[in-house]
Amino acid sequence: MNDKLQIADKTFSSRLFTGTGKFSSSTLMKSALLASESELITVALKRVDVQDKDDDILSHLNHPRINLLPNTSGVRNAKEAVFAAQLSREALETNWIKLEIHPDPKYLLPDPIETLKAAEALVKLGFVVMPYIHADPVLCKRLEEVGTQCVMPLGAPIGSNKGLKTQDFLEIIIDQSNVPVIVDAGIGSPSHAAYAMELGADAVLVNTAIAVSQNPTAMAIAFKLAVEAGRMAHQATLAPIVHKKAEASSPLTSFLN
Amino acid sequence: MSSFTDTFNTYNWDDTLQSIFSKTESDVLRALGNSKRDLEDFRALISPAAKPYLEDMAQLSRALTKKRFGNTIQMYSPMYLSNECQNICTYCGFSMTNKIPRRTLTDTEILKEVAYIKSKGYDHILLVTGEANKTVGVEYIKNALQLIRSHFSNITIEVQPLDQKDYEELIDNGLFAVLVYQETYHRDEYKKHHPKGKKSNFNYRLETPDRLGKAGIHKIGLGALFGLEDWRADSFFTALHLKYLQKTYWKTKYSISFPRLRPHSGGLDPKVEMTDPDLVQLICAFRLLDEDVELSMSTRESEVFRNNIVNLGVTSISAESKTNPGGYAVAPESLEQFEISDERSTEAVASMLKSKGLEVVWKDWANNWE
Repeated sequence: MNDKLQIADKTFSSRLFTGTGKFSSSTLMKSALLASESELITVALKRVDVQDKDDDILSHLNHPRINLLPNTSGVRNAKEAVFAAQLSREALETNWIKLEIHPDPKYLLPDPIETLKAAEALVKLGFVVMPYIHADPVLCKRLEEVGTQCVMPLGAPIGSNKGLKTQDFLEIIIDQSNVPVIVDAGIGSPSHAAYAMELGADAVLVNTAIAVSQNPTAMAIAFKLAVEAGRMAHQATLAPIVHKKAEASSPLTSFLN
Repeated sequence: MSSFTDTFNTYNWDDTLQSIFSKTESDVLRALGNSKRDLEDFRALISPAAKPYLEDMAQLSRALTKKRFGNTIQMYSPMYLSNECQNICTYCGFSMTNKIPRRTLTDTEILKEVAYIKSKGYDHILLVTGEANKTVGVEYIKNALQLIRSHFSNITIEVQPLDQKDYEELIDNGLFAVLVYQETYHRDEYKKHHPKGKKSNFNYRLETPDRLGKAGIHKIGLGALFGLEDWRADSFFTALHLKYLQKTYWKTKYSISFPRLRPHSGGLDPKVEMTDPDLVQLICAFRLLDEDVELSMSTRESEVFRNNIVNLGVTSISAESKTNPGGYAVAPESLEQFEISDERSTEAVASMLKSKGLEVVWKDWANNWE
């Protein structure tokens, strides 16, 4: 089955995207991320020294399968995001950018207005923009219109592991979108990831749930299998939920007889 | 620029028809059970295999319509402005080759018709013309909008397809919605029924909703004229068109109409018959496919049919319609585009709706915001 995910110029076999934060060591991080078979791995620009080839995180991500996805975590507005993205493109030689603008340092909730502004500017500058946003269907269409290559709505507050609290809105987004929908943030267990895929998400991004597990490598494999299972179920079309038959009201079509 | 033609060209009429006819009872049951339905489910719901489930479809359709639209029916009135036409359409009373007296309403006549329609309570109006670009072109339509804008909250047109810039100009002059029916999505049959005039250009018509979407119209009405070709395939393509448009022009809302060929001067017999149960099945299938789309029913259908269909999924209807220019007050005796079937007065239809527990909605827009 040829079921690859295409984003901009890249084709992915794995629909599990991962992150690099919160692991107890870079060695463990590398082990887990390789086990996940993830091909797109986000790294916070603020965490790495882009000038240093031997940077601890970056050097552990040097693998032919891995595409780096720098993110702008830490910026507070569009201007800072555009600046960070340009630095990143120069140093890491990729025009891919995960746009994260959260002025609030506590819940790390994305600022929709600054994100839209920055996305528009970055697309014009030739970036492949992957915006982290609330599960806001209108914002997703507005981002699509300014040319982002995907949208990344959150399932629940980042790092909360609560799952798809925004499910109703995610379903609308998936229904309306002309670009891939990647559920980002809040996915706490493989069953959440499988469920997102069953709903029709094109991919998920998981970080905390893997990194903070007792056994990140085993958990990474569990997520890989869950994403594959959920995707396969979506492709195969789920059987409908059988509802108890409603009480028949007076017949509506008897006039046809 | 991409358009619906790109999507449409990846489909084939015969394969589509065959896929609909090969749907089985289990496909229908799955479609009924799904909480969200896609175009595969729609194929099953319009297939012959769904016929035994018509009552189940009707109950579901009614429930979904009530959930979204409540116990209401929107009323509108058509107003024919002109029967001049440079097209030959084999099924239409206004076809160029029909020897009928031609009339295009003057400003005074338009206002006379408006006064009559207003006196009946209508606030949503549908302006209809043939295609005669010299006498009834963009300037004429613009002038009509300017004349009547202060009298109606909501103005729709059903006229020849126009360019995007023309639509933009009309929107600036108070236009809310445009109805443009493809008539049939069967390319060869379309050519047969539209041998002459600008309307013979299949693709230009097919891409009209794209131009409307780009122009930023509030609402687009789609439909096929049933009787020209197989209603199931034509309805599938209408649904495909709807889904494409909803995804592409997400700020626009959509309505579907279900015109069946009616008798008229120099008339054409339907090639493919669509029965009353077929039409009920189709209306319910559209509601099951899309909970939000408006479904509209004109006076082409009979009194009995309309009395029942208002509880099954339809959300807007007309009444007491005249399909001749000046038909209300200026020249009631002139020749109609087609004979209507339900001839009851507006008052009679409104009281029928009330007796069924439905609120008659006359006004549901404000045209002075923009």
